[in-house]
Amino acid sequence: MRGAFAMPLLSLDALSLRYAAGGTPAVDGLSLSVEAGEVVALLGPSGCGKTTTLRLLAGFERPDAGTITLDGRVLVGPGTFVPPEQRSVGMVFQDYALFPHLSVLDNVTFGLSHLPRRDAEAKARSMLTLFGLGEFGARMPHALSGGQQQRVALARALAPGPRVLLLDEPFSSLDSALRTSTLGEVRRVLKSLGATVLLVTHDQSEAMAFADRLAVMRVGKVDQVGSPEAVYSTPRTAFVAYFLGGTNLLPGVGFGGGARTMLGNLPVAGQARGKVLLSLRPEALRLVPDTDAVAVGGALRAEVLTREFQGPTAEFTVACGGLELVVRGVPELPLRPGDRARLEVVGRAGVLEDSPD
Amino acid sequence: MTRRAPVGLWVAGVAVAALAVLPAVYLGVRAAEADAHAWALLLRDRTWGLLWRTLGLAVSVTGCAAVVALPLAWLTTRTDLPGRRVWTVLLCVPLAVPTFVGGYVLLATFGAGGVLEEPLSRWGLPVPPVYGFPGALLALTVSTYPYLFLALRSGLLSQDPAWLEGARSLGLGPTRAFWKVTAPLLRPAFVSGALLVGLYVLSDFGAVALLQYDAFSRAIYVQYEGAYDRTYAALLGLALVLVTAAVLFVETRLRGKAGYHRSAKGAARVSSPVSLGRWRVPALLLCGAVVLAGVVLPVGVLVYWGVRGLAGEGDAVLEPAVGSVLASVLGAVASVLCALPLAFLSVRYPGRLSLVLERASYAGYALPPIVLALSLVFLGVQALPFLYGTLAMLVLAYVVRFLPQAVGTVRSTLLQLNPHLSEAAASLGQSPSAVFRRVTAPLLRPGLLAGAALVFLTAMKELPATLLLAPIGFRTLATQVWSATAEGRFAEAALPALVLMAVSALGVGLLVSQENETPRG
Repeated sequence: MRGAFAMPLLSLDALSLRYAAGGTPAVDGLSLSVEAGEVVALLGPSGCGKTTTLRLLAGFERPDAGTITLDGRVLVGPGTFVPPEQRSVGMVFQDYALFPHLSVLDNVTFGLSHLPRRDAEAKARSMLTLFGLGEFGARMPHALSGGQQQRVALARALAPGPRVLLLDEPFSSLDSALRTSTLGEVRRVLKSLGATVLLVTHDQSEAMAFADRLAVMRVGKVDQVGSPEAVYSTPRTAFVAYFLGGTNLLPGVGFGGGARTMLGNLPVAGQARGKVLLSLRPEALRLVPDTDAVAVGGALRAEVLTREFQGPTAEFTVACGGLELVVRGVPELPLRPGDRARLEVVGRAGVLEDSPD
Repeated sequence: MTRRAPVGLWVAGVAVAALAVLPAVYLGVRAAEADAHAWALLLRDRTWGLLWRTLGLAVSVTGCAAVVALPLAWLTTRTDLPGRRVWTVLLCVPLAVPTFVGGYVLLATFGAGGVLEEPLSRWGLPVPPVYGFPGALLALTVSTYPYLFLALRSGLLSQDPAWLEGARSLGLGPTRAFWKVTAPLLRPAFVSGALLVGLYVLSDFGAVALLQYDAFSRAIYVQYEGAYDRTYAALLGLALVLVTAAVLFVETRLRGKAGYHRSAKGAARVSSPVSLGRWRVPALLLCGAVVLAGVVLPVGVLVYWGVRGLAGEGDAVLEPAVGSVLASVLGAVASVLCALPLAFLSVRYPGRLSLVLERASYAGYALPPIVLALSLVFLGVQALPFLYGTLAMLVLAYVVRFLPQAVGTVRSTLLQLNPHLSEAAASLGQSPSAVFRRVTAPLLRPGLLAGAALVFLTAMKELPATLLLAPIGFRTLATQVWSATAEGRFAEAALPALVLMAVSALGVGLLVSQENETPRG
């Protein structure tokens, strides 16, 4: 729960970084806060600055401006720069970066050099067991599969008990079948440890499944923060709406709880006044085969342009009222390109902050 | 700027780079001080004679090496010559023969007091003219043709067989197809191989000095040894550097702009080999003759004299061997230590300054060795009298000369090192020094050892700098071969020369194995 007066565990405030003087900023006045025990995903297209943000947090890069505070301690700020080894920030790299000259056990004990050897090994073994790798301590990293290497990297980063764990595209090098199962398993372990996690990904479905909150990034800034459900159902901008799984944009004129559009009067989430741009998700529309060719009052006539089979669903593009719209339906719908159909609006439209022009 | 290198690293890098360019800069300063008298001295007829003899030898050796290397490269890559792999290895063996050993072999075979002097005179035949141009040409051709041979081989192997097949299907016979397609496409490989040979001859000291051919490097040495005014020697050194630079300049002009690449991707197909038919015996004879001159003759002569040396004519191997190993080990360790900051800066903090520093480390390598040695002598006498005449000065010379080899090896090892590893170590709470000790150093160790081994094996056979800079009475295997040969004591030179050949064979093997690790485009 976000208490109104409680300090967040981690806060990034107005961070900026340019790699080349005079070049475009990689991170541009970025602010974000993470509560203790929370899993937050930084989501954005490649080049939006999300990995740079992670590297700023870990201390591998030095920002031009801004502050980072962790658990009440300023890590980076005017005149302050805490080096990476003193931050208590764990990091799992995209390529895992396991030490090739050390066994799995030695990799995990690496960050426990302050403990006596016996205690360090016991701690490391318990971490490995937690990730289902109890038998693999003596192996060398190259003798592990990609999924096993990833879990060793997680165990290694978590072993010293960091205040926050950073994950850089942690699931991107796993194949898709392995990814779904790993994702749930890793989330379960992290939650059981009560770890505070910030992860970076470009995959929206991964972010929505893994994180408690999303922060969608665009060109060095956070565009929108919120629970996956809230960000998905009420995107603030067309960019966010598109990035989280595609949408239909249509202009309209708001009258409170609804808006007048080319598809007729639509209910909106929240309030709309004046000229607005609306986002209508493909699943907020429904296609009905127009078998009897009789127009039902108020229904819209549409022509199917394309059909794309996606397994559990099928995606159609249709022409309707001078617009091209994307509609999600069941693959069983007997519609093929060229067929006519009725189009019904079954969900609410989101009101975007972007201008309709 | 976000990723700044530690100040200490920059200081170390700049210091090493300054050390590397010091001899070249000093030579320039010294020459700039020369007065009108000295310039008149330089521009007299003797210098022009040296220039023509040096260039003449370089061109002749390159031509002869090409005549030998082209057919051998073609025979070992494109034909059904029996034993192609064995011939290829044998034909590369001369790379392991230092040129002063090549000179020794000629003198100890055909020269006064050599193996053949007595039998020849018994049959009333004259001793062949091994001194001067013919001897230098033969010795250097045998030592250098492998560079062209290897370059042409890799050129031939990288050609897409479809090019030749295309020419054949367009109606060209095999001979015309070779000259119209294969040969023109070999030009880049030929130019780079020929350049290696030419530069090698320009900078060679061992063969021309032992065989008394009056090229620049010998003249510089004679001038240094004999005259009390060493300005003329410095000017000659500068002239040789200018000639070398001019050759490099001409080469960049000649190289042309066209790059020849296989158009289709994927593994190279191997064309079916040309059947030699009745040419098989002449082809085998050609390979045999080259191996005879480049491998059998040197080894045979060395063993012959070595046995006689063991029989009591000389036993001076141990002491020079200890000297060689001592100086070379120190040189190798110092070179690798000096290479570390340069390699780190160029890999981890790329930028204009780190590039300049890395390039600067090549300065000592670009100078002909005799010129480098001479420049360090001046430097030692005038600026570093406390070092001059000590082993430290010799080690310094080895560092300046062999730094690029060490930088190259350390750099390629660092490039293979994932930078995330040291970041991961830092985020696990390790201080920079602990990161270096626990992660970077263990992962660098094999590369550092390989770099040190390479420098060690090359330094073992270094002659000119050792001659000029070693402390008085300090002998190495190379100086032992040199002085014994110069005085006609062939038996005394044989064992040290055999040891050197074995050592440099190891070095060539190490180089070849490293080249095999890097995939070729």
